[in-house]
Amino acid sequence: MHEMSIAESVLQIIEDKARTDGYTKVKAVWLEIGQLAGVEKESLRFCFDVVTRDSIAQDARLEIIETAGQGWCLECACSVAVTARYEPCPSCGSFQIEVTGGEEMRVKELEVE
Amino acid sequence: MMCMTCGCGKGQTLIGGRALGGSHSLARQRKPGEEMHYRVRGEDATHTHPHNHTPAHSPAHDTIDFGAGPAGAHAPGMSQSRMVKIERDILAKNNDYADQNRRYFSRHGIFALNLVSSPGSGKTTLLVKTITALNGAQSLAVIEGDQQTDNDAARIRAAGAPALQINTGKGCHLDAHMVGQAMQRLDLKEDSLLLIENVGNLVCPAGFDLGEAHKVVIFSVTEGEDKPLKYPDMFRAADLMLLNKCDLLPHLDFDADLAVENARRVNPTIRVIRVSATSGEGVAEWLGWIKAGCHSTVSAKQKTL
Repeated sequence: MHEMSIAESVLQIIEDKARTDGYTKVKAVWLEIGQLAGVEKESLRFCFDVVTRDSIAQDARLEIIETAGQGWCLECACSVAVTARYEPCPSCGSFQIEVTGGEEMRVKELEVE
Repeated sequence: MMCMTCGCGKGQTLIGGRALGGSHSLARQRKPGEEMHYRVRGEDATHTHPHNHTPAHSPAHDTIDFGAGPAGAHAPGMSQSRMVKIERDILAKNNDYADQNRRYFSRHGIFALNLVSSPGSGKTTLLVKTITALNGAQSLAVIEGDQQTDNDAARIRAAGAPALQINTGKGCHLDAHMVGQAMQRLDLKEDSLLLIENVGNLVCPAGFDLGEAHKVVIFSVTEGEDKPLKYPDMFRAADLMLLNKCDLLPHLDFDADLAVENARRVNPTIRVIRVSATSGEGVAEWLGWIKAGCHSTVSAKQKTL
């Protein structure tokens, strides 16, 4: 996926919130990124460093909370762990899996001053 | 400068040759002429902007005020840091624009499709074939997304349909704000079909909703059968897959059934139509699918009126 756009959007959310909350420096950013969100974490870290230069989030620590992929297997009619979209159900081998979790991309909270 | 992942960047978006109007809200606001600071940490020795260290210093530099921070208080050993809850989706801004587009489409009975594929899958040729086969029976318009040139929009206009080119510059996908701007320029007709040809890229466009009714992925038989497994996000996001260039199958060592099976591994409900823009195979079925979509969009509009 497109990490540069994502990093830009994160910074925009931080800057929007700074206008209402009146902080001038962001020291840490917590993101929640699902395992199936299609985001390359290392690439996102690099892009975040690049886009936050000379912004209120310069040098902020980026904490990425990864949430596990989850799906509903239509064959087993139960919830299963999904590590990648093309993987079969771990118990029955079917590919009839509806992804139910692990696609999140959220800014959770900030440490600011 | 470019994104190291996919080669994208900002600030070069053109719609029909003109710069993107207003502020491009997905990007951070920059002053006119201000360059994007794409430097790797540690490269820059000059350091000109002020820092806000704790404790806060007064302008005269003669007092140290531990209570001057935003929290207005101090506990021994603690900085003025505080936590701010945000809980906001990173792509929320794009999704807001996409919702606006979607509301516009439903109010005006417009059936919008977002056509995605890797470069060279035959999207534009298939679009030209679609326009000629519809032969004026359906009012339509096309938005073309490419990094550079308006060659594709010119091909669509030559086929007889209004088309607007969006040049994304270094950008690797269309976003909902660009499409919203293009829609205003296109003068879309009531109860029409809008075909949005995204930038040729099987990765980035998957995550950006444009407000379309469906993403349609075009996968040509000159690619590998395992493409859906290599790029699962796009095949997952699409509702329809057009397996294109099927006229070439006799000359190729390509297992079409395996390609479809792979697509269904990542998306069990994806519909597949085998087509060829050259021979016309499957085009009638594709047009039937479009007409059904247009019909249900118009009936949905009439119900809400």
